[in-house]
Amino acid sequence: MTLKLQALTERPETLASGHGLCPGCSESVVVRMVLMALANPAVVSLATGCLEVSSTRFPDTAWKVPVIHSAFENAASTASGIEAAYKALVRKGRMAERPLTFVVFAGDGATYDIGLQWLSGALERRHRFVYVCLNNEGYMNTGIQRSGATLKGTWTTTTPAGAATAGKVDWNKDVTAIVAAHGIPYVAQAAVHHWKDLMTKVRKAEAAAGPSFINVFAPCNRGWRHEPEDTMNVSRLAVESGAWPLYEVIDGAWHMTGSGRKTRPVADYMRAQGRFKHLMTEANAGLLAEIQARIDSEWVRLQKRCASGV
Amino acid sequence: MTSRIAEWKRISAGGLVSNPGSSERVQTGAWRTRRPVIDFSQCTHCMICWVMCPDTSMQVYKDRLTGVDLAHCKGCGICASECPKHCIQMVPEDRRV
Ligand code: SF4
Ligand code: SF4
Repeated sequence: MTLKLQALTERPETLASGHGLCPGCSESVVVRMVLMALANPAVVSLATGCLEVSSTRFPDTAWKVPVIHSAFENAASTASGIEAAYKALVRKGRMAERPLTFVVFAGDGATYDIGLQWLSGALERRHRFVYVCLNNEGYMNTGIQRSGATLKGTWTTTTPAGAATAGKVDWNKDVTAIVAAHGIPYVAQAAVHHWKDLMTKVRKAEAAAGPSFINVFAPCNRGWRHEPEDTMNVSRLAVESGAWPLYEVIDGAWHMTGSGRKTRPVADYMRAQGRFKHLMTEANAGLLAEIQARIDSEWVRLQKRCASGV
Repeated sequence: MTSRIAEWKRISAGGLVSNPGSSERVQTGAWRTRRPVIDFSQCTHCMICWVMCPDTSMQVYKDRLTGVDLAHCKGCGICASECPKHCIQMVPEDRRV
């Protein structure tokens, strides 16, 4: 199956309009890209988050594929249960074997913080599912609070920028690497603007002989304070500045994807968003330099991993 | 009070919702303050706008872009920003037109 958009328009629609996500939200774009890239019919497990509350407003649903509404922490556990139940029913002859792909959609709050232990357990048990983290670097649904994915220096409602602090005090954690350390067959970072890279990764994840994980950069214009039409631009700037590198880890071997280059300072990416406005001032020049230095050193570390293949 | 309990009892077991895509009845087009207008003389039917639309609002028929579902388009402007031919313009809504 080739990745031609014209051909993909022939496929049945997976997510209907009329959902309640904000204008310009990237999450529904990622969901459609993921589901249209899959070869098999999907069964989805949703974690609590913007996507869940906006797409399943009772008594309606925007989904055109089977979906199970999970709590904040247990979307990976729900997917484990679906996969185990399917295998048991086939084994007992109560269901015919058929090609199915089990998919999890969860935000960064559900993945980095609240559901990390549950995700880790499911990966250890080797349940075969494609876990997609919709990473908008915060708890946007509940009012733009910081999460473990929020970059140091970011303004959120719980990490205000003012005289006492200049946004978030702590560094974000590298959950993609934490997931990769479980030794699962496929792990990747993707971004919403790069549809071809994202869909190619989804196909590799689906074909993997075990659990797979894709951490997708998904701008939130309300929480990041940019215009709705700039959603894809902001995603592009994050990748070009190296703030969000695109790579994949196949059976433990690290590879860059896309251009594999870092072509701009992180300030270019930050300037496009109100949540970093305070970092553009003289008073916070030191913090901005510290963030740039960290992105540079992380980039070098990633290049080394890719060069050595492990 | 009794009628509310009757309503509650009509909810299916497990809260099952068996009307896929029923959100379409919600006309989110009412949120829009500006609408995308496509210049079809320039359009190459590349489908970038179709894949980038958060609201499944680009209408396609047999590989061709045919228009915008204005009952649901929220007017975000992503299609206009991302169109490689720059042939989508965001025009302020004016209901008197
Ligand atoms: S992105 Fe532009 S050129 Fe491509 S199909 Fe849409 S309107 Fe036409
Ligand atoms: S303005 Fe936004 S919602 Fe409307 S068609 Fe364009 S991308 Fe879709």
